[in-house]
Amino acid sequence: MDLIKRFRKGDRLALARAITLVENGMQEGRDLLDAVHPQTGKARRIGITGPPGAGKSTLVDGLIQSYRKAGQSVGVVAVDPTSPFTGGALLGDRIRMQSRWADRRVFVRSMATRGSWGGLAAAAADVIELLDAFGKDVVIAETVGVGQSEFDVVDAVHTTIVVIVPESGDSIQVMKAGLMEIADIFVVNKADREGAGDMETGLGAMLDMRDREEDWRPPVLQTVATSGEGMPTLIDALAQHREYLAKESRIEEWERKAVRARIVSLVHEELRAGFWKQGRQARLEQLVGEVLARERTPGDAAQALFSPA
Amino acid sequence: MFDSEEIKRISGQKKRWQKDLPDCSAAGPFETVSGAPVEFLCTPEDVRELDYTRDLGFPGMYPYTRGAYGTMYRGRQWTMRQFSGFGSAADTNRRFHFLLEKGQTGLSTAFDMPTIMGFDSDHARSLGEVGKCGVAIDSLEDMETLFRGIPLDRVSTSMTINAPAAILLALYIAVGEKQGVPSARLQGTIQNDILKEYMAQKSWIFPPGPSMRIITDILAFCTEHVPKWNTISISGYHIREAGSTALQELAFTLADGFAYVEAGIAAGLDVDDFAPRLSHFFNAHLDFFEEIAKYRAARRIWARHMKEKYGAKKPESLRLRFHTQTAGCSLTAQQPENNIVRTAFEALSAVLGGTQSLHTNSMDETLALPSEKAVTIALRTQQIIASETGVANTVDPLAGSYLLESLTSRLEQGAEEYFRKIESLGGVIAALEKGFFQTEISRAAYRYQLAIEKKARIVVGVNEYVQPDENLDIDLLEIDRCVEEDQVKRLKVLRERRDNGAVGQSLEALRSAAGGSDNMMPRFLDCARCYATEGEIIDVLREEFGEYKDPKFF
Amino acid sequence: MDRKIRVLVAKPGLDGHDRGAKVVASALRDAGMEVIYTGLHQTPEGIVEAAVQEDVDVVGLSVLSGAHMTLFPRIVELLREAGVEGMLIIGGGIIPADDHEFLREKGVEKVFTPGAPTSEIVDYIRSWFEKRKTV
Ligand SMILES: Nc1nc2c(ncn2[C@@H]2O[C@H](COP(=O)(O)OP(=O)(O)OP(=O)(O)O)[C@@H](O)[C@H]2O)c(=O)[nH]1
Ligand SMILES: [Mg+2]
Repeated sequence: MDLIKRFRKGDRLALARAITLVENGMQEGRDLLDAVHPQTGKARRIGITGPPGAGKSTLVDGLIQSYRKAGQSVGVVAVDPTSPFTGGALLGDRIRMQSRWADRRVFVRSMATRGSWGGLAAAAADVIELLDAFGKDVVIAETVGVGQSEFDVVDAVHTTIVVIVPESGDSIQVMKAGLMEIADIFVVNKADREGAGDMETGLGAMLDMRDREEDWRPPVLQTVATSGEGMPTLIDALAQHREYLAKESRIEEWERKAVRARIVSLVHEELRAGFWKQGRQARLEQLVGEVLARERTPGDAAQALFSPA
Repeated sequence: MFDSEEIKRISGQKKRWQKDLPDCSAAGPFETVSGAPVEFLCTPEDVRELDYTRDLGFPGMYPYTRGAYGTMYRGRQWTMRQFSGFGSAADTNRRFHFLLEKGQTGLSTAFDMPTIMGFDSDHARSLGEVGKCGVAIDSLEDMETLFRGIPLDRVSTSMTINAPAAILLALYIAVGEKQGVPSARLQGTIQNDILKEYMAQKSWIFPPGPSMRIITDILAFCTEHVPKWNTISISGYHIREAGSTALQELAFTLADGFAYVEAGIAAGLDVDDFAPRLSHFFNAHLDFFEEIAKYRAARRIWARHMKEKYGAKKPESLRLRFHTQTAGCSLTAQQPENNIVRTAFEALSAVLGGTQSLHTNSMDETLALPSEKAVTIALRTQQIIASETGVANTVDPLAGSYLLESLTSRLEQGAEEYFRKIESLGGVIAALEKGFFQTEISRAAYRYQLAIEKKARIVVGVNEYVQPDENLDIDLLEIDRCVEEDQVKRLKVLRERRDNGAVGQSLEALRSAAGGSDNMMPRFLDCARCYATEGEIIDVLREEFGEYKDPKFF
Repeated sequence: MDRKIRVLVAKPGLDGHDRGAKVVASALRDAGMEVIYTGLHQTPEGIVEAAVQEDVDVVGLSVLSGAHMTLFPRIVELLREAGVEGMLIIGGGIIPADDHEFLREKGVEKVFTPGAPTSEIVDYIRSWFEKRKTV
């Protein structure tokens, strides 16, 4: 197939189109993913997540610049939420990632989370796979830490950076948001603002209190993404985490875990898509009415969906 | 102004009167162009809190609600100041002479986008933009041409320039020197309001920190050397054009003004030394009474804050003087002649609100740059208001109107609420970084657009009274492509002819001033005098200060 | 899954008047499209690179400084050079009627002037998209 050939030759239009096909769940996209699978597994994969406006995209821009200076090619997928009301989305992450716009070895793609029936996990992980297969040395995925999407890409990346800002409240809130579990590196961005030190100390204390046995204690770093302050330290921390993974066959473990998660999520996807196809959405609406009329319980309704209408 | 017994009586009477009226609410919704609810009938009830002496007073006296000056238009008419600029400096110079001959009393310069953004005409980013929506200025040479035959000690010149304002002011001073006019006698205004650029107009170059420093350098320099110059024209015009409501325009503009005052005080200046040279610039939109109330509220708020919060004492520091431009965003491309009428109503509201100077838009501005005929009609509109309508004979003629006074007070309260909100976000710059203003403005713009599309708001010729097969019969002004080519050629010659050693030295001196804390104005002047170009000067600052990027707030 | 229309809303040139671009971007989003917004002051090269990487269906350009006659054709030309095919290019801003024909010849399919309701833009894009799908 022509697209695959062009993809293999490094044609960025082919990469762009491949992502579109995969994103839209087209069979052509699946075929392409299968075809390039042997070429995957080489990229350094980094996830970056945190609350809206924390400075994730600005940090990604800094990462792009640093890795490019080190001669590495970079691929980015930036995910923003789809409006649940209209199905549309405004994707603005690119704006902050344009300092290397003229650089052909940087590829940035914006993606919307799309409907809740879709499942971001599969699509975003697929795009990461494509960027990897395309030969990007470093692949970065930005997601907003508000819904579930941030947990979805965690499995597909080697290292997850959690970005917070002094205004994010106290460290307890960060813990409650479940970000403690997924962070390999904590970044307190906007360190030019008041409260960054407190945030850093609070998080550090919280991390030290964890009773989990672990040999990687997530470092907490301060950055000013807009000026590049703290960037070298972040790059160092990323390198250290990489080294840590390389030791004691951790990377193999990680890969097993990642592949397992991918298979599972594809299965879920398939099940979900298959399940809702057979007129069940309409049946669902009907059942909602019955539950509201107190004729059924929600559990009852769920069971009813499994049995043929 | 009424005792509570009387108010109670009126209130009872109003209820009885209302009871017998048929219900008209279906004809609504009744709201201002800003979406604020509008009273059907106002009575003394609506102004029950008003205290004449405290809230209104007399023209030229605290709190200046009724006017900036005691004599107002009997003492001095407003300045009719049509904004113009296009093509080369020579083209605009001709337009200046044309306007002065037609009776205009002040000059107002529009610059092209490369000049506004700090690029020389031969820069790659300037491609296709040179002389397009204003005059192209690269160096002192162009500035000399722009003011050829215009004695700078006898006109007042307003320059719509922000990020590079210091440089254009330096060029103006240098032209004055060549004409033998000392800087102390120069009169005019630079817009120099960078905060509203970040909020609304988006013609920024540097980040807020260094931008504010340039501004305080200008404040300090002008206080000493150009005492008659208006150093900042604190502008709501562009905030409104970007889609804000009248209240947002009022609140955000004044918040910006207070931020400059605070910056000046923080830089060690005495508030009464620089505040008298701050002026304001508002939009005149179509909602007649809301606009008049806006100007009156602005004067009162400014006076109160300046006195009570910043401890200003001079009357000149407390009185808010302002320029007005009719709303470009209210004009329609459809049936453009109708814009003459819109502009006339808007201009009238500015005069009834006590403006010090006024620009009336030309009918064809949504189509292209204004033609001479359109500009003349726009100017004539002002002259008709001044000489034929009689509205300028009595100061603040609408004072005491229940509606107008209640609108004025409501706008003041709304603005105070916004100030508290901005304060809670950490001040204007912190709120900017959080996207507060930008989001407020774009949401208001979107709401307005949706209202038009749903016909909740009627715009004549656009969504009602449409003329389907409209044939535009208006002569448009076109900018010749060779303006760009000629300008680039001239610039090339200049770069070869001037003393490049001196240019290099003056730029290096500027660099060290920028890197340190010395006032940069004298260095800008040196650069201007030896024909360093605007782009060269700005490049030095870009390297020292960095550049600001679009923060994408919706 | 329903195929989403992806639109790049871009502001080439130096003017900062993004009211129109943002209103249109919001309207397209509310019409269910995915809108990639590039921010202000973009170069033609940067816009083309974004269009390529994002594989958008539509590029919407907004210029109010009068530089459309230079910038719009330049962007179309660069898109062609990059090998992009089948993308809809539309423009908006203060663009005199006399310029529309020239721009169309240069590949800017449709020009919307101030006052054009956003619904008209939405409809235009949708019907183009439908037509493209069937060929
Ligand atoms: N003061 C300060 N501002 C910053 C810093 N980093 C980013 N910003 C600003 O914060 C705003 C948001 O930055 P983005 O990089 O778009 O943040 P984000 O987390 O990617 O935002 P979303 O993708 O919308 O969730 C921008 O205006 C940045 O300029 C910083 O270190 N200090
Ligand atoms: Mg982002």
